[in-house]
Amino acid sequence: MSTVSDDALAAAGKGRSRNLFAPRKPRRSTRYRRRLLVNRFNLAMSLMTMAFGMVFLLWILFVLFQNGVAALSPTLFTTTTPPPGSAGGLSNAIFGSVAIVGTATLVSTPIGILAGIYLAEYGRGGWLAKSTRFINDILLSAPSIVIGLFIYTVFVARVEHFSGWAGSMALALIAVPVVVRTTENMLQLVPNSLREAAVALGAPMWKVILMVTLRAVRGGVMTGVLLAVARISGETAPLLFTALNNQFWNANMNAPMANLPVVIFQFAMSPFDDWKVLAWAGALLITLTVLLLNILARTVFRQASVR
Amino acid sequence: MTEREGRTERQPSPPGSRAAAARWQDALFEHTTRLFASLVLVLLLAIIVALAWAALPALQTFGLAFFVTDVWNPVTKQFGALAPIYGTLVTSFIALIIGVPVSFGIALFLTEMCPVFLKRPLGTAVELLAAIPSIIYGMWGLFVFAPFFADYIQPFLARTLGNVWLIGPLFQGPPIGIGMLSAGVILSVMVIPFISSVMRDVFEVVPPVLKESAYGLGCTTWEVVWNVVLPYTKVGVIGGIMLGLGRALGETMAVTFVIGNAYKISRSLYEPGNSIASALANEFNEAADPTHRASLIALGLVLFVLTLIVLAASRFLIARLSRGEGAKT
Repeated sequence: MSTVSDDALAAAGKGRSRNLFAPRKPRRSTRYRRRLLVNRFNLAMSLMTMAFGMVFLLWILFVLFQNGVAALSPTLFTTTTPPPGSAGGLSNAIFGSVAIVGTATLVSTPIGILAGIYLAEYGRGGWLAKSTRFINDILLSAPSIVIGLFIYTVFVARVEHFSGWAGSMALALIAVPVVVRTTENMLQLVPNSLREAAVALGAPMWKVILMVTLRAVRGGVMTGVLLAVARISGETAPLLFTALNNQFWNANMNAPMANLPVVIFQFAMSPFDDWKVLAWAGALLITLTVLLLNILARTVFRQASVR
Repeated sequence: MTEREGRTERQPSPPGSRAAAARWQDALFEHTTRLFASLVLVLLLAIIVALAWAALPALQTFGLAFFVTDVWNPVTKQFGALAPIYGTLVTSFIALIIGVPVSFGIALFLTEMCPVFLKRPLGTAVELLAAIPSIIYGMWGLFVFAPFFADYIQPFLARTLGNVWLIGPLFQGPPIGIGMLSAGVILSVMVIPFISSVMRDVFEVVPPVLKESAYGLGCTTWEVVWNVVLPYTKVGVIGGIMLGLGRALGETMAVTFVIGNAYKISRSLYEPGNSIASALANEFNEAADPTHRASLIALGLVLFVLTLIVLAASRFLIARLSRGEGAKT
């Protein structure tokens, strides 16, 4: 302690870490100089790590646009996946993805919101709410391939065929925890006075929840749903053993269904160049969708919920 | 109130029946929400039970030896989980070695150094790394990163770290770009947003007065972060690292593209390997033999239990930090 020189103290007095530039006194103890050096070096490293992260983000996006934009064409949306060596598009995969993700969203949104309501409004500190919250947070990060495996063992193996429904089920199971978490977080932001005011007017609890508290945070809940959609639109692993793939146009959810992620997986791993081109196009479509949903959720609906 | 009135009058007056209806609807609504909440709870158990049930044939055939055998041969119907488990652990470990310091740096930058107007955009940009689908990482990894890695990074590592005592053999071998090391590096980029966002959140709960006192004593920014912020948030930081580990263990598509899918345990990290998730993604649909299929499901069960433990520990630690936080302030 005693070795901290006077100018170090003087410098520190000028405010947080501005002591890098502040003192112009001639003598500095070597120890003080070393501390400054360590500080400057580590902060520079911190800047480097930020740059490291950004480099990867930009690199991936750059590669994606470079390869994907070249592969975009109107036929992508009008023709089905081709056999190797002939022209084609991704229409069946795009349709399949929309159908599977759409069904999963329709199923998971009410389930997630209702469970979230229980956690925030009824359960609160009870054992059921506590353990559900804990399990939900674990499921939020559980490996998605295991969810696919689960649906395979309980559904696909029973009915003995892959289907779009099975894919939707797997994706819904992945989306539910996301919706539960955001719904609960949002409902907890609602001040109790709002609930009390509504109850004092004689409204039954369910009306208070659905028409007052839930309504007050609908922007935030929408954010959760959008983030859940974004999350499941890019998921590949749970669809491998459930929806599988289909080379042809198929609107029957009870049969194996083409979907963008699995088609990308199959085409990218194939040795055929025209398949790889289609895979890049699909990858660009999926990433644009997911990033757009993310940005939409973060900008448009965040403002609506903060109000 | 209305309830008591209805009872004394002994006839269901309109307001009384409305109150009764409201009570009935309330109970229905509460039970519905409770049902869905318990559904989430039951889901976890259901997954474990269903997988364990389906994996039973494999576990019965091979017994505990399943977990310590590194033979995986569908032709002779011999299956052991050691190689994929090893691959999963090694790639996740590499991901943490790179990911943790980088995430710490990013969290430090965003909480202590970043100009206010850049905080939101840069924070969002880091989170977008998590939004990019795993399969995109896989394609980029296979077509762009792996060749780059083989041409520039692997020869460099072999020249430098390859000669270091003890860890040298890890970095020797054919630089083909595909293998455990590339998978680990790509995984590290994928876990950075998760770890750094937890670190950022916990760094921000440090009471300003603690930091200000340290600055007042003449500490540099680094000293404040290292000696004040980090000890204070230690538990939460470890929780964040565990969360990243949980993510890395179960990551499928990115790893499947670049790990090389070879059932072997090699000394070199340059060699192809296999992880549990990539083994499942590659083989499950081709597995016609029931024993093969059951063995793969057993692998999935191992993965699920492993991530459960890690994630539960992570949640526990993060929750402990925020609880302690509430007690202190």
